[in-house]
Amino acid sequence: MEISTNPPQKTPLAQEHERLGARMVDFAGWWMPVQYRGLKEEHQSVRSGVGLFDVSHMGEFRVRGPKSLESLQWMTTNDVSKLQAGEAHYSLFPNENGGIVDDLIVYCVKPGDEYLLCVNAANIEKDFAFVQKSNRGAELKNESSEWGQIAVQGPKALALLDRIFAAGDVLPSKMKAFTHREFSGSKALSGVRMIVARTGYTGEDGAEVFVPKSSTVVLWNELLAVGKDLGVEPIGLGARDTLRTEMKYSLYGHEIDDTTNPYEAGLGWVTKPMAKDFLGKAKIVAVKEQGLKRKLVGFEMIDRGIPRQGYVLKSVSGEPIGVCTSGTMSPSTGACIGIGYVTLENSADGTEIAVDIRGKNVRAKVRPTPFIEK
Amino acid sequence: MSTNYQLPEDFYYTKEHEWAQVDENIVTIGITEFAQEQLGEIVYLDLPEEGAKYSQGESFGVVESVKAASDLYAPVSGTVIEVNASLMEDPSGLNDDPMNNGWLIRIEMETEKELANIMRAPDYRKLIQK
Repeated sequence: MEISTNPPQKTPLAQEHERLGARMVDFAGWWMPVQYRGLKEEHQSVRSGVGLFDVSHMGEFRVRGPKSLESLQWMTTNDVSKLQAGEAHYSLFPNENGGIVDDLIVYCVKPGDEYLLCVNAANIEKDFAFVQKSNRGAELKNESSEWGQIAVQGPKALALLDRIFAAGDVLPSKMKAFTHREFSGSKALSGVRMIVARTGYTGEDGAEVFVPKSSTVVLWNELLAVGKDLGVEPIGLGARDTLRTEMKYSLYGHEIDDTTNPYEAGLGWVTKPMAKDFLGKAKIVAVKEQGLKRKLVGFEMIDRGIPRQGYVLKSVSGEPIGVCTSGTMSPSTGACIGIGYVTLENSADGTEIAVDIRGKNVRAKVRPTPFIEK
Repeated sequence: MSTNYQLPEDFYYTKEHEWAQVDENIVTIGITEFAQEQLGEIVYLDLPEEGAKYSQGESFGVVESVKAASDLYAPVSGTVIEVNASLMEDPSGLNDDPMNNGWLIRIEMETEKELANIMRAPDYRKLIQK
């Protein structure tokens, strides 16, 4: 987490969070709710019902014009030419040293002509400088201050979204995963242009709704009111982190950073060197061709203890073999789980390893992920 | 967030939010209501064995919420004579009743002079109301 010396920025929903009794913290320079009623309860609401997340702090960049595709092909690792209108994919901004500037979602509005990028809040400035520097002639606009964003996630999320978004026959529940479309407003906000994207960061069904900043509060309260009988609850950053950890989704600054190779991070599936040229490609591919030295794995504690970012991972004989990038007690299963880099020879499922927890080697086992059945 | 924390006047408090109840040379140690509220749901505790010795301000254990681990600091120097075993099995007792049944350890204090280095209730109240 970045430590900001300036007063934190506020999303349009800051007052709503405080009114709902959230505990607020400065997260990466943003005044955000870490929890409302309790992390475990909120986590469970998303796994079994529906939760709302304020993700208005995320950044949005618009990429337009005849050079938009060429520019995005160069500055991201996934193959943007595959995206049709209304489709989206997960991708990475690579750097020239073969590391990762950020992870992002690319939304295709009009193939070859208009795209929307969604990037991490903590990286907005760095990322916009990166896209400007790496640009190959596209029109770029940082729209981060124009958009609010609400993630609606959980097995009942689509039922809730269907109640307020409808465009003819098109209902959010009819949309495929990783597609998006524009709706001319919710029930309470008729005529207000919003984007409903079937994406998320929890492993549950649902959507992320991009809403103009000035309409964010109305949409938030509409979702809370309309979803009352579905048990909708606001969810803080604490549960957002445990939900994504259970899925082994990467978090920038934990699993990935400026020095991470995408293949080591298990992100080869969004790295397409055969399809196209892109920034840092030779260096990224070289690491794979020389044979990966380390790999990102999930592990579960055998003995008592909670792994945390930065803890050293060891072999059973006590040799350092890597580092933990994230860890928590899984609110879904009660098991203590971690994500971390280990040497290739210790990366197979079932390998027993140890986590150095405050000087003690505590036993753990590499295991398949996600950590919950999905 | 509650602001009416129980802060018994006869307890001592540290700036790291431990409390100490002194009965002659036996000191019972816990964390304050303010601390448990800040931590959120406590899911793991690492406490010392009986017989372990700590100096004032030294870390004697760790309390972990789902989110993070926080060190526990000895309010005074001494030797551990008792550990709250029930909490080790179910650390949520620390959230439910941090000032009474959620006590962590009892130590035999080396010198009561050290009590002058830690706070009484009025000063601690000022600290958490900042």
